[in-house]
Amino acid sequence: MASATLPAALSPALLEQPAVRVLSEALGENLLAATDFRGEIAITVERKAWYKAVSLLRDHPELEFKLFLDLCGVDFFDREDQPERFAVVLHLYSVSKKRHVRLRTPVPESDPKVQTIIPLFKGANWFEREAWDMYGIVFDGHPNLIRLLTHDAFVGHPLRKDYPQGQRHVLKEPRKWLLQVPPESEHMIVNLGPSHPAMHGCFRVQTLLDGEIVRDAEAEIGYMHRNFEKMAEARTYWQVIPYTDRLNYCSSFMNGHGWALAVEKLLGVQAPARAEAVRVILSEFSRIMDHFVCISTNVVDLGAITPFFVVFRGREKIYELLESCCGARLTVSYVRIGGLAQDVPDDFVPRCRETLEFVMDAFKQMDELLTRNIIFNNRFRDIGVLSKEDALSYGWAGPCLRGSGVETDVRRDAPYSGYDQYDFDVPVGTTGDCYDRYLVRIEEIRQSARIIRQALDKLPAGPVIVDDRKVALPPKSEVYGNIESLMNHFKLVYDGILPPAGEVYGATEGANGELGYYIVSDGGKHPYRLKVRPPCYNNYQAYPEMLKGGQIADAIAIIGGLNVIAGELDR
Amino acid sequence: MATRIVTVDRNTRPGVGPILLGMWITLRNMLQTLFQRKGATIQYPEENRPVSTRYRGIHILTVRQDGSPKCVACYMCATVCPAECIYIEAGERPEKSIEKYPTRFEIDLLRCVYCGFCVDACPEEAIIMSRENNLVGTTRAELVIDRDRLMSRAETAEHGAGYRPDEHDVRRPVRLAALDRLSKEHGIVPGMPKR
Repeated sequence: MASATLPAALSPALLEQPAVRVLSEALGENLLAATDFRGEIAITVERKAWYKAVSLLRDHPELEFKLFLDLCGVDFFDREDQPERFAVVLHLYSVSKKRHVRLRTPVPESDPKVQTIIPLFKGANWFEREAWDMYGIVFDGHPNLIRLLTHDAFVGHPLRKDYPQGQRHVLKEPRKWLLQVPPESEHMIVNLGPSHPAMHGCFRVQTLLDGEIVRDAEAEIGYMHRNFEKMAEARTYWQVIPYTDRLNYCSSFMNGHGWALAVEKLLGVQAPARAEAVRVILSEFSRIMDHFVCISTNVVDLGAITPFFVVFRGREKIYELLESCCGARLTVSYVRIGGLAQDVPDDFVPRCRETLEFVMDAFKQMDELLTRNIIFNNRFRDIGVLSKEDALSYGWAGPCLRGSGVETDVRRDAPYSGYDQYDFDVPVGTTGDCYDRYLVRIEEIRQSARIIRQALDKLPAGPVIVDDRKVALPPKSEVYGNIESLMNHFKLVYDGILPPAGEVYGATEGANGELGYYIVSDGGKHPYRLKVRPPCYNNYQAYPEMLKGGQIADAIAIIGGLNVIAGELDR
Repeated sequence: MATRIVTVDRNTRPGVGPILLGMWITLRNMLQTLFQRKGATIQYPEENRPVSTRYRGIHILTVRQDGSPKCVACYMCATVCPAECIYIEAGERPEKSIEKYPTRFEIDLLRCVYCGFCVDACPEEAIIMSRENNLVGTTRAELVIDRDRLMSRAETAEHGAGYRPDEHDVRRPVRLAALDRLSKEHGIVPGMPKR
């Protein structure tokens, strides 16, 4: 359980953790507390030691937390147990040591300032802008601290607890220029998006062109921002499930899967084996579907439309499979906290095999159409190269990160839902160009099929939801039959699930990378704070940087391979 | 179990040959569509895709033998609804065994996200979902549907019942009386969802 301790009284168990030991030796009094909750190390440091602590975590040879995951603000408006009103929370991951750490610093309301960590992690840029946008926390030294998800006419900081739900502001003048043409140059400004046939959703990049060469680029996002995180603060843990479907809508099942696992981690419950196996099967089908969409729409932009039609037939089959399980194709809402909404249909296993066969046939055709095609190769090879160091610094995720040669996969490094029971390979690239990202996705589809076959072979029987009346609704037969279950049912619907107070970060390997849910619970029925770490947010952040010096036509080849999904990007 | 790291093979020997193979794949697909009827599309709206018996379509309010709503106005569905699209007003009934019923029950189908939580939350099997997915209206007001329309919709007979409590779970036959009525009047057969 959560136990805040002063550095002088840090328990020996905590001091065995390298991150705690190194920071307590280096910072002394400036390390305020360290906790171990549900196996997650959280360290709180004094604000003035923030930058030093982050750089130690990154560079110390015993720690090497080089992969930037997430940075966010939290508003502890009415929480007496917190030293200051705000907190800035950073999540880092060490690929070499396979460890995760959370670093927090309290920030007073009177002087909400923290030093920026952009020199250490390039990916912190947008996250700090977002924290300023949502909470008004100022990051000293940030080069461009302007609105990111909300617009310029927005008043106030929406995620502050005293900001009313449902408050709206109208934007009349959109931000016209993101870049300026240098005087006396013949450069030209071209907008890609927000409505552009080659943009995969509603987001915008402004490019400064010198002929066909991109000299400068700047991105603007937030067109589909609906403040999912604020809405979640007024919903019960159960009610958040349909909202998660709308994050990465190309593989919506995986979002719900991640959410359920994060809440289960907070509650300390474990879903039954059958539910976990079904979750793995449907998640891997969703991953195949997501990679299909990513690859095929990417090559549509380059002029090859056949693969698109070929794989969309396979995708349709997967949608039908999802529909037979839960009754919806796109917004599935199939998971529940502690299991699944209903057991799968009787013909689930043969149907999955049939679907998989069809899908892999479509996949084979796509592979034959593209992988060795000389035109495709010329457009993809050595385009949009991002080095391993940059990918880590930007906090890239999933196939893009592995394409740059970083050997990490949440399914392998921190297995969840029984992924440790299956044999699969984790493909990595060597150069980090578009072609490597493509090859990684192709190989991941094969591995997903392998996992599905193994899971189908040993699909266990049994219940699909935990038998815990504080988490899952009682069976209908009992609700209809006896008063205890009926009252239980009423109580759970009205009061929702009541988790213990604490903070967890639940990570799963989503289709385009590590999808994390950082939940702060105060023991109430709503999440006190929910932060999604959206994988494509980090991927897209590097995009303007990757464009510079390249051809404008390459911009289109690169964007598709990053698999940016607006629903997840803007939340 | 074993999880290996593999490096992808970039040496795929690209060439012109694969372009010809790609053209053959395209041609093969065209021929299969033309002569073997392997096309993936259907002639909507003349033809409809068969939907799952768990389909989460427009809601149905089930009825008792006497035709009154089975709903007891407990507000469970309105409470659990993440989209806040259900509006209920309760009234009293003279029978001791029932006591409450909804005088108003409205669902704003434009707000509804069809998550099926109302069905899960209902302790009476009074709200279930149909397989109807053809939602068309000319005004917003038209798509806020009221109690009587939810109880008797001709479209329901055509499309059938969709998402509802799992039959494995509902063992007491008396509770299925409402569905029996649906099946008698509208030809909907309650049963374990099948493809």
